[in-house]
Amino acid sequence: MEETKSMRDVAIIGIGMNEKWGELWDKSIRTIFTEAALNAMDDCNVDHIDSMYIGCMSGGLFVGQEHLGSMLADNLGADFIPATRVESACASGGLAFRQAFMDVASGMSEIVLAGGVEKMLDVDGGAATYALSTAADQEYECFHGVTFPGLYAMIANAHMAKYGTTRKQLAHVSVKNHMNGSKNHRAQFPFKTTLEEVVNSVMVADPLTIMDCSPVTDGAAAVILCPLDLAKKKFANKPIIKVIGSGHATDSIALHDRKDLTWLSAVELSGKRALKMAGKKIADINVCEVHDCFTIAEICVTEALGIFEPGMGGPSVESGITNIGGKIPVNTSGGLKSKGHPVGATGIAQIIEITEQLRGISGDRQVNGAKVGMTQNMGGSGGSSVCHILEVN
Amino acid sequence: MGITARNWREYPQRYRLEAAKCSQCGKVFFPPRLICNQCKSRKFETIKLPGEGTVKTFTVIRVAPTNFIDEVPYAIGIIELLEGFSTMMQIADCDPEKISIGMKVKLEFRKIQSDGEAGVIMYGYKAVPVSE
Repeated sequence: MEETKSMRDVAIIGIGMNEKWGELWDKSIRTIFTEAALNAMDDCNVDHIDSMYIGCMSGGLFVGQEHLGSMLADNLGADFIPATRVESACASGGLAFRQAFMDVASGMSEIVLAGGVEKMLDVDGGAATYALSTAADQEYECFHGVTFPGLYAMIANAHMAKYGTTRKQLAHVSVKNHMNGSKNHRAQFPFKTTLEEVVNSVMVADPLTIMDCSPVTDGAAAVILCPLDLAKKKFANKPIIKVIGSGHATDSIALHDRKDLTWLSAVELSGKRALKMAGKKIADINVCEVHDCFTIAEICVTEALGIFEPGMGGPSVESGITNIGGKIPVNTSGGLKSKGHPVGATGIAQIIEITEQLRGISGDRQVNGAKVGMTQNMGGSGGSSVCHILEVN
Repeated sequence: MGITARNWREYPQRYRLEAAKCSQCGKVFFPPRLICNQCKSRKFETIKLPGEGTVKTFTVIRVAPTNFIDEVPYAIGIIELLEGFSTMMQIADCDPEKISIGMKVKLEFRKIQSDGEAGVIMYGYKAVPVSE
């Protein structure tokens, strides 16, 4: 895939989220999105946006509302702008960011908002489980009663059989991400946990317990992009964060159609495409936000991105190498596990965490000297993946 | 909400285990497709999948979607039916604790779910252990 040479360089100038993610009973989908979007606009003092892209997996099933592009643009007071809702299951946010990046890079628009939102707690647990399962193959997976924890549990069992990955190594992902999330005031579940608590909590789909699973969450996130030249001229009061790589790949959404159940090809390819555009190697990445919707997912993703050899994701998280202070910190925000996973917003929140790390404002979570960061946002059981590489100017 | 038509049109696959085999490269697709993703051929022949296979991976569902809440815990797995061809189904008639990767199973015609309390019953295939 050759990238075109006529693209403009693009920068992130503004970021915004809700004060805290979680059970936002008193706020509607329009309010939580508008809050995050206004925070992003205030972060860079822009008074207007030229277009926007909103990642949302299922407004229809979670709150019975489609046509979100227009509704959310209207609520933001951004009358008549082009506004597009983007869907790629749990990778909707990452894909919305990519569309916004392309909009600016192509020269079509100057100041563009990339946002994501999901309001998941207006429905009960069974309905939420069903809504999420629509990211899998309805006729040939869901028909038989599988759930998302079930799909990742099957990946976990295959990974354990092939590589000897242990139950304890899975738990290490959860313990690390809750440790990081305990330092993030926006996290839905900012408590610390232990290996014993993870292993002994309620079983959801063997071998995954509820402490291996990311939660259902209400939340939104938004960022503002513009051409790098404009950022240098008008928005240089904060460190300028360049978007140097973007990669997107798809795969079969049915897990059983993949040759190797432990290998996420879409993650591998999206990562390679983003690195190629950026002119970087995986070893150049200082900090990384990846899609830990389940503990096994973080292990498989770190392998597919080439951070670790196949089969070494488990031993690596156990060794502490992915902790803050380790060689390659992964999910400094607390990840989906602790920060929360409002599916459409997750990909944007990953961009925000890396932007803050590169600006050097992550406080107790700061990775010292971070210059280049990466995000990886996954749809379904690996049917889509979007990666981005950011660098501080 | 359209479940009945949606179920009806899957009958050839669910009731008769019909798959499409690429006439050019031999890759098997279930459900049938219009173009082969391996060699791009558009010619297929209909084959019947074998009724026996092995467990490639599995799990036990303990928190179920709405339609399956009364059935927990139940086992579900990916079953290899031909070399390089697998599909997903429940694994029934056995203690979930006794299931292992590599275990031999056979396919049986079973009720899978129903469309609400008074709705149409949807049948299909489940795997059961082959008694040694």
